[in-house]
Amino acid sequence: MIQNFTTTMTAPASRPARFVRPHRHVDVPEGLWLNCPGCNQIIYRKQMEERLHTCPLCRHHFRISARQRVNMLGDPGTFEEMDADLIATDILAFHARKSYHEQLQEARKTSQINDGVLTGRTFIKGRAVLLVAMDFQFLAGSMGAVVGEKITRGMERATRENLPLVIVSCSGGARMQEGAISLMQMAKTAAALGRFHRAGGLFISVLADPTTGGTTASFAMLGDFIFAEPKAMVGFAGPRTIANTIKMELPEGFQRAEFLLKKGFVDRIVPRDELRSTLARCIDYCGK
Amino acid sequence: MAKRFIHGKTNPSSTVRRRRGAGVGAGAKPERMNRSIAPTAPAAVVRESAKVAPSARPVGMGLAFEQPILKLERQINELIALQEQKGIDYGSEITQLRGNLAALVKKTYDHLSAWETVQVARHPARPQTRDYIEMIVKDFEELHGDRRFADDPAVVTGTGRIAGHKIMLVGHQKGRDTKEKITCNFGCAHPEGYRKALLKMQLAAKFGLPVVSLIDTPGAYPGVGSEERGIAEAIAVNLREMSQLATPVVCVVIGEGGSGGALGLGVGDRLAIMQFAWYSVISPEGCSGILWKGSENAADAAEALKLTSSRLEQLGVVDEVISEPLGGAHRHPRGAAEAVERYIDRTLRRLKALPIPELLEQRYQRLRRQGEAALQEQG
Ligand SMILES: [Zn+2]
Repeated sequence: MIQNFTTTMTAPASRPARFVRPHRHVDVPEGLWLNCPGCNQIIYRKQMEERLHTCPLCRHHFRISARQRVNMLGDPGTFEEMDADLIATDILAFHARKSYHEQLQEARKTSQINDGVLTGRTFIKGRAVLLVAMDFQFLAGSMGAVVGEKITRGMERATRENLPLVIVSCSGGARMQEGAISLMQMAKTAAALGRFHRAGGLFISVLADPTTGGTTASFAMLGDFIFAEPKAMVGFAGPRTIANTIKMELPEGFQRAEFLLKKGFVDRIVPRDELRSTLARCIDYCGK
Repeated sequence: MAKRFIHGKTNPSSTVRRRRGAGVGAGAKPERMNRSIAPTAPAAVVRESAKVAPSARPVGMGLAFEQPILKLERQINELIALQEQKGIDYGSEITQLRGNLAALVKKTYDHLSAWETVQVARHPARPQTRDYIEMIVKDFEELHGDRRFADDPAVVTGTGRIAGHKIMLVGHQKGRDTKEKITCNFGCAHPEGYRKALLKMQLAAKFGLPVVSLIDTPGAYPGVGSEERGIAEAIAVNLREMSQLATPVVCVVIGEGGSGGALGLGVGDRLAIMQFAWYSVISPEGCSGILWKGSENAADAAEALKLTSSRLEQLGVVDEVISEPLGGAHRHPRGAAEAVERYIDRTLRRLKALPIPELLEQRYQRLRRQGEAALQEQG
């Protein structure tokens, strides 16, 4: 079960929401063998990795880093990263039990990237795209000023160069440690998407596990096409917040990709091994 | 619709306290009647006293840090009663005490902590969207429904005039008495609330009416129906569409600005915040729950989140802070309403003078700058 991420967007005043536990972010422990949370069987790590980080037995989709995503989706060696040097400044001097400054340093070390998203131009089966991949390892993939700025710059470049935009979301929501500034990144990215949309741009939003909170409530739900990985958790409020609010058990499969498909908020569930060809086909259909 | 702020009508504090204490019991009265507990004095008195000294009438039960103020107010009232009863002139004592009261209120409200500010923003007597409509919107005609699923009472929309400007008003409504609070979900809107607001805003843009948005919500409603009907999608679409509405959009946080639920009505040309309102990515309790595993540290969280009006102005998140009357909007709703009215009038005059393409460009650039001080190029 995925419990270790957050939504910051939704807690009513009196109820605590779930949020980032940055120390628990890697799904897969080290070792030759590992336990699959999907089927509870011991599987061979190498086999899992060869199958694009999915379980060879039950096809459980393991969470992957932004770098792995970029390598998996793009044609080999074609990714030209943008704005890799942008870093957060901790403008609020946010300090709770741990300082945000320390959290940032740790996250940079663990994830090997400067903040929670990779953006750049790449090719998918020979088609040029502007690719954005969020990284859950970096403070639960939360969106602060750097993530918002990098994505907005990506959108603006896609608008200028008439590139199809592909965003793979994997994020707990807005970044609490940047207060209202992180909230404003939702408006900023949505506004940039508005311009891209007006200019006739194609935006394909891919929802990976998990996509929640302010990420869902901004660009992730604004795709011309919205695809989700199987069983990905997608929602606004966290399930615990909801359960506490309504004082009832949540329905089976609530907030999973299949649930959203049934409710009409996702176009299609696309397994990881079909994603590249699906994206390429979409781009062709839209004449981009 | 019954007037909520009736000129010349007084509400003795004892009645206010009894009704509050009775909670749901107030349901015996017609719902609208209960709203009239909000004003603390005849409007004419408030209007005047807002500029000089606070009203001597206690407001509800008060917040913890208000107790010394309320105590002093009771003393003044007792003295006035005594004066009338015994026919003794306590004029000079009363004047003296009123002076002390004014000083105490000023001192208290000049040094509110972030957490105390949150308490003021949630004060049960603080004016809400429907109160502002009552006080500053002329000929308000409410428009209901999202034409998709339902009418969400947590969001109020309709046409009217503010300071002579024909406008479309959208705003959260938290509800004042228990019955209305439950109807309005405590101001926590469902997707249909955001869709209703967007529909009315697009109507406004079509016919060149500016939009005024009053923000006051703890957050969007976290429930099964809300998720099933796409609360995230509803908010996301509002962000995108509000950023492109071809008409002036002025937003004011009048009480609580609870994260995405607030932002869903909060994208526009200008964002102002009332002096004792708050706006944040997460509620202090929510933040405390995450960082300290319980809501006990909400005060620390409120401090860390920098959610007060002055900090938000420094951060460039809001364009302007609207000063509240001495002692907060709940002590002088009319004074607060007049300040909001003046702000809207002044802002709309400026925005209406701009050609639409210029307006939209400035709106985009305003959003585009958000967060630029919070990042840097490494190296
Ligand atoms: Zn498995």
